[in-house]
Amino acid sequence: MKIQVQVSLKPGVLDPQGRAIHHALEGLGFAGVNDVRAGRLIELDVADDVGDDQLEEMCRKLLANMVIENYRIEKVGK
Amino acid sequence: MSFRGAVITFPGSNCDRDMAVALERVSGAPALRVWHRDADLPERLDFIALPGGFSYGDYLRSGAMAARSPIMQAVIAAAGRGVPVLGVCNGFQVLTEAGLLPGALMRNASQHFICRTVALTVENSQSLFTAGYEAGQEIHIPVAHHDGNYFADSATLDRLEGEGRVAFRYAEPVNGSARNIAGVLNEAGNVLGMMPHPERAIESALGSSDGRALFESAIKALMAA
Repeated sequence: MKIQVQVSLKPGVLDPQGRAIHHALEGLGFAGVNDVRAGRLIELDVADDVGDDQLEEMCRKLLANMVIENYRIEKVGK
Repeated sequence: MSFRGAVITFPGSNCDRDMAVALERVSGAPALRVWHRDADLPERLDFIALPGGFSYGDYLRSGAMAARSPIMQAVIAAAGRGVPVLGVCNGFQVLTEAGLLPGALMRNASQHFICRTVALTVENSQSLFTAGYEAGQEIHIPVAHHDGNYFADSATLDRLEGEGRVAFRYAEPVNGSARNIAGVLNEAGNVLGMMPHPERAIESALGSSDGRALFESAIKALMAA
């Protein structure tokens, strides 16, 4: 089972990397970019009997730092 | 009984030797060296130090992998028993990732790696680690980090300040840290995490000896106990 975990900074947490990317886009001449937030995509290939609660636990214990980050789990296929 | 201090080495630690030398110079006893895959700490430890560096190449998040390494279970247990634990730089990041200290250390607001000596204000001079300083004293200690921007929600920051758990603040903004926090204590006061490197400031030949009092006061108190 293929799983994608998207880890993103919580709203309100300052994102210096997103801000630097934003500036770089402006420097390249792209107009109309209101905001940029940088996150992380983690792809897992797990056995079919790995349950949702285990995936949640993986996110909370390691993949995301719950002080500053949120996560979203998506099943993307076999 | 001579002082028994241990320095934990993770793959990618690079200040472990400096930390061991600081403990040895100040205590007069050899520092015990512990590898991250060890499951147990040496017996009867007086002090545990988590050194600076780039453990596991800062993969995932700074300190995240090291915080889940086998030895950290033993460090968490020892901290719970009251053994003093000092985490410097990457060691501070490991302590927050391991849940021994609140908050998180994010990328510096400037995006730049910052490597210079900075002025710190001693906020709490009552702790085991800071009793050798005066409250409000300004000291000069080097920093060298990319992820030193301390973050915690405002309720946590209020609690840390109200409980006297901010040990050190930057005298002026350095890396974007919330309320200029440079070092924090746990609730019991036996765990200190700080981004500046006191072990790089233990004698004047190194440019500053302002870090020495941290080790001296802690070691003196521990040996008197």
